Amino acid sequence: MDYRTVLTTCAYCGCGCGLYLEVLDGRLIDTIPCKTASVNEGKLCVKGWNIHEFVHSPNRLTRPLMRKNGTLAEVSWDEALDFTAGRLREIKEKHGSDSLAFLASAKVTNEENYLIQKFARAAVGTNNVDHCARL
Amino acid sequence: MSEKVRARVKELLDSGRIRGFLGLRKANGHIGPHLFRESGELEGLVVGDRERPGDARYPLNKQLITLARCHPQESFGVLVRGCDERGLKTLFTWNQLDPAKVVAVGIACPPELAEACECLKPYPDDFVEGEKVEGSTFVSVATVDAMDLRSRLAHWLAEFSKCVKCYGCRDICPMCFCKECSLEQEDLIHTGDLPPENPIFHLTRAVHMAGRCIDCGLCNEACPADIPLRTLYKKVADIIAQEFDYRPGYVKPGEKPPLNILGETPKK
Repeated sequence: MDYRTVLTTCAYCGCGCGLYLEVLDGRLIDTIPCKTASVNEGKLCVKGWNIHEFVHSPNRLTRPLMRKNGTLAEVSWDEALDFTAGRLREIKEKHGSDSLAFLASAKVTNEENYLIQKFARAAVGTNNVDHCARL
Repeated sequence: MSEKVRARVKELLDSGRIRGFLGLRKANGHIGPHLFRESGELEGLVVGDRERPGDARYPLNKQLITLARCHPQESFGVLVRGCDERGLKTLFTWNQLDPAKVVAVGIACPPELAEACECLKPYPDDFVEGEKVEGSTFVSVATVDAMDLRSRLAHWLAEFSKCVKCYGCRDICPMCFCKECSLEQEDLIHTGDLPPENPIFHLTRAVHMAGRCIDCGLCNEACPADIPLRTLYKKVADIIAQEFDYRPGYVKPGEKPPLNILGETPKK
């Protein structure tokens, strides 16, 4: 028997609500808002209350998928990245850098957000950068 | 406060009477629920007072139900205040926990907390720490009752209109153990509506708490819109007490909640 509560920060938006994830025998089973977290003081929104659900969700993507002949098929990372890079280059050359936009996420780390804006500005040459918390 | 609780839990763990103790731990600057498995861990045990008494309380009985469902053969200890003990008694009545597998370690609440909670009995029957203070009356209920019917309805409609439908009141509730929740039944509520149907959403929950709510106040503390849910459920509890002479958590062993009995007339 292994039961523990793990203090962490909600990953759904940029607010940063403190919560405990309940872990029973290696699986996330529930979420409890942290009473002493200064951001949320023991409260959560409906998404935060259910954040434990996505970790073990069968709908979660674990491999890259590409649509081929109308259906999604698993492909290797190399194939997915080569295709994406090729199309981005094509679009940029044909329509210009500002025809592309990059959508970052409140769900990833600062460093990953830094990287995507760097990629947008330095590699692609556009300031079209936004993030999911403004959608 | 917590020295005597620690000593009692150490005794229970060392003797093997319990497999773990569900209490509160201060770690990483925060207070949260923790299952203490060894007496060596007990240094971090706290009773949930951070800046004010009882400002870091959690629904430990809810977590106890989860543990007991997965490990029915094991016995666990749990930290209880007066409200938590009322919860345990009611959960035993509803067959959600086995009294033989639960060892409660009680603390009595200080006057400041008892008064803020308007708690009728701010201490468990047995407690190892704290001083017994007298219960308070439901001042918040009396204040709302003093309004005329029209103002009272306007008051509650205005409060309910603040709801963001986070379901936090249900999710934190140690007495919400139903597998299918009334708040998600299309027959009772238009479940897709946001904001939720007013007042049906909150009244459905209020009716469902009749004979069940043990007045711990965690719903009120979890509400991001500060809806005075505790006052509403206190009123519901008063009605049940008046009509059926029953108040959850003050039951005699084996006594059933009145709304579980079909065909009988009220005691009154």
